[in-house]
Amino acid sequence: MAGQSLIPAGDFRTSYAADTTIFPTVTSRNMAILGIVLAAISPWVFSDYWVAIMIQIGLFGIAALGLNILVGFTGQISIGHAAFFLFGAFTSAYLSSKLGVPVFFAIPLSGAITALVGLVFGLPAARLKGLYLAIATLAAQYILLDFFSRADWFSGGTTPAMAEPFSILGYTVHGDRQYFYVVLAYLVASFVLVTNLMRTRDGRALVAVRDHYLSAEIMGINLTKYRTLSFGLAAFFAGIGGALYAHYQLVVSNEGFGIDRSILFLAMVIIGGTGSIMGTLMGTAFVVLLPESMLWITSALKGSAIDHALQLNNNLTFLREIAVGLIIILFLVFEPDGLAHRWRQIKAYWKLYPFSH
Amino acid sequence: MNTSLLIQLLVNGLVVGTLYGVVAMSFVLIYKATQVVNFAQGELLLVGAWVCWALLTRYHVPFWLGMPITLVFMFVFGIAIQMVVLRPMVGEPIISVIMVTIGLSTILQALMKWMFGVNPQPFPQIFASQTVEFAGLRLQTVYVLSLVVSVAMMAGMAWFFRVSKYGLAMRATAFNQQVAQSLGISVKNVFAMAWAISATVSAVAGVVVAVVNGVSSGLSAYGIKVFPAVILGGLDSIAGSVIGGIIIGLLENIAQFVDGEYLHWGNLFEVAPFYVLIIILMIKPYGLFGTRDIERI
Repeated sequence: MAGQSLIPAGDFRTSYAADTTIFPTVTSRNMAILGIVLAAISPWVFSDYWVAIMIQIGLFGIAALGLNILVGFTGQISIGHAAFFLFGAFTSAYLSSKLGVPVFFAIPLSGAITALVGLVFGLPAARLKGLYLAIATLAAQYILLDFFSRADWFSGGTTPAMAEPFSILGYTVHGDRQYFYVVLAYLVASFVLVTNLMRTRDGRALVAVRDHYLSAEIMGINLTKYRTLSFGLAAFFAGIGGALYAHYQLVVSNEGFGIDRSILFLAMVIIGGTGSIMGTLMGTAFVVLLPESMLWITSALKGSAIDHALQLNNNLTFLREIAVGLIIILFLVFEPDGLAHRWRQIKAYWKLYPFSH
Repeated sequence: MNTSLLIQLLVNGLVVGTLYGVVAMSFVLIYKATQVVNFAQGELLLVGAWVCWALLTRYHVPFWLGMPITLVFMFVFGIAIQMVVLRPMVGEPIISVIMVTIGLSTILQALMKWMFGVNPQPFPQIFASQTVEFAGLRLQTVYVLSLVVSVAMMAGMAWFFRVSKYGLAMRATAFNQQVAQSLGISVKNVFAMAWAISATVSAVAGVVVAVVNGVSSGLSAYGIKVFPAVILGGLDSIAGSVIGGIIIGLLENIAQFVDGEYLHWGNLFEVAPFYVLIIILMIKPYGLFGTRDIERI
C-alpha cells in the first residue's frame, strides 16, 4: 500500500492494518505534513488579531475533540463540558502559581486531574444513558461552577486566579505568536492520539457501544467500563484545553463558562460532524469565526437603514446567541453529519471530476 | 431556632414548589406524548410572561383581556414550534432531539433579550391589596393566587387526561404510537397538541411568577429546576412530577434556612436540588413514580 500516491480504482483492502491506516496514500500524508507546516508559518504571515483567533480555535478544538469522543464515538451527551474546561484551567493555574509546579508539567497534570473529576461525574454514566446522562452532566455543570465560586483556596472565589506563563527549559514564552506553537503542538499531539485511539480495540469498543450497546455487551464489551472511560477521556481533553487557556490568558475567572459555553462546545461537535476527528476542528473554526463574522457584517451595516431599524450594533451579543442556536438547529435538520460530510462530498466530486456519474 | 422564618420559608417553598410542579407537569406532558426532552421549557415561561407584559404595559390591554390573548398566542406558538422545529426530528437519535431543544432555548432567550432588553421589568399591579391575613400569617395576595392557580391547573390537567377525548388520545399515543394510529388517532395532531398545551400551561406559570417577581430572563431558570423535580418524581409520571416539584421547592427553602441559620455557606439553595439530582440518579434513576425501563433483546 505504502508508496502509492493515489488510491487505484477497485482497491480492495485485504487486511485490517490496511483498512485502519491513517494515511491511505503518500499524498494524504504529505498533505497533512504540509498542513502542519503551513500552520506553523501562519503566525508570521497573519496579524495579531488572526493569531489570537487561531489560538482560540486550537484550545477550544482540543476540548471539542474530547467532547466528540463522548458524543460522536460513544453516543453519550454532556451538557457540562465548559465546567470541565474551567476546572482544567483553575487546576493548572493552582498547580503553577500556588504549588510551583512547572507549567510544562502542570498542563498534562491538570488534564489528568480533570479526567479524575470527570470519572466521578461519569459514575452515574455507568448506569445511565442518553437523556439521564444529559441531566446528570447538567447537574455537574452547576455543582462545579458553584464549587469554583465557593473554593477560595482553589479558584480565588470571587477574585480571578493567576496563572504563570508557559516556560520550557528555562525559556519563558512571550506573546501570542510564541504561545501559538505551544497550542499547535498540543493540538497535533491530541489529534494524533485520538486518531490512534480509534484504531485500537478500545476505540472500536466505544463505537460499538454507540451503535448498539446491547449487541456490544453480548460481544463481551464492558459497557460500564467504556462509558466511564469515554467520560474520563472527554474530561481529560477538556482539562488540557482549559489548562492551555489558563496559561494563554494568565488570568482565570468564573465568567463566561456557564451553560451557554457548554452549548457552544456541543455546537462545535455537531457543526463539525459527530464522530469525525478532522470535522471537530472545522466545527470549532466555524463556531469561533461565527461571532467574528457577525461583527464584520454588523459593522459593515453600521449607519444604514437596517441598522437603525433593528439596532444591530447595540444587540450584537444577542444576535450571536441567536445565530448559534439557529445554526445548531439548521445543521441538525439539514446536515446531521456536519461539515465533515460536506468536505467528503467535495473531495468525492473532485476525485471523479469531470466524470462525476 | 427562628420558627417564624422557618414557617415563612416553608410557605414560600410550597408556593414555589407548586409552580415547579406545574412546569414539571408540562415538561412531562411533552416527554410522555412525544418522547422529546424539552430543554426549552423555561423559555416557554419566559415568552409567555414577556408577551403578557408587553400587552399590558405597551399596548395598555386590561389584564382580563391580555391574559386570554397571551394564552391563545402561546397555544399557536407551541404548535408552530412543534411543526417547524421538532417535526423534522421525529425518529432521530435522542441526542439530536435534545440538541435541537437546546438550540431552541438559546434562540428564544436571546430573542427575548433583543426584543425586551436585559433589565428586569416590574409587572403592573393586578390586585388592590398586597397582603391577606390567614391564620395569623401575613401572606402576599399573589402567593395565594399562585397557589390557587397552580392547583387549578393541576386539577384541570387531571380532568383532561382522565375524561376528555383528546387526553385519552394523548395517553394512548404515549402508550404505543402504532397502536394509537391504527385506532384512528392522528399522532401528528397529538404531538402538536402536546406542545400547545404545554406551552399554554407554562405561560400561565410564567405570568404567575412574573406577577410575583417581575419579568426577567431569570424566568428561564425554572426550565432548569424542572430537571431535579422530574427526575425525583419519575420522568413519565405526571403525578410524580407535581410531587417532585413540591419537594424540590420545599427542599430549596429548607436549604436556605439551614444555610442562613447554621452553615453560612451562601448560595446553598441554588445547588441543593442538583446534589439531590445526582444522588437520585445514582440510587433510583427512575424516580419515585417512574416506570422502569425493561429492555428486551
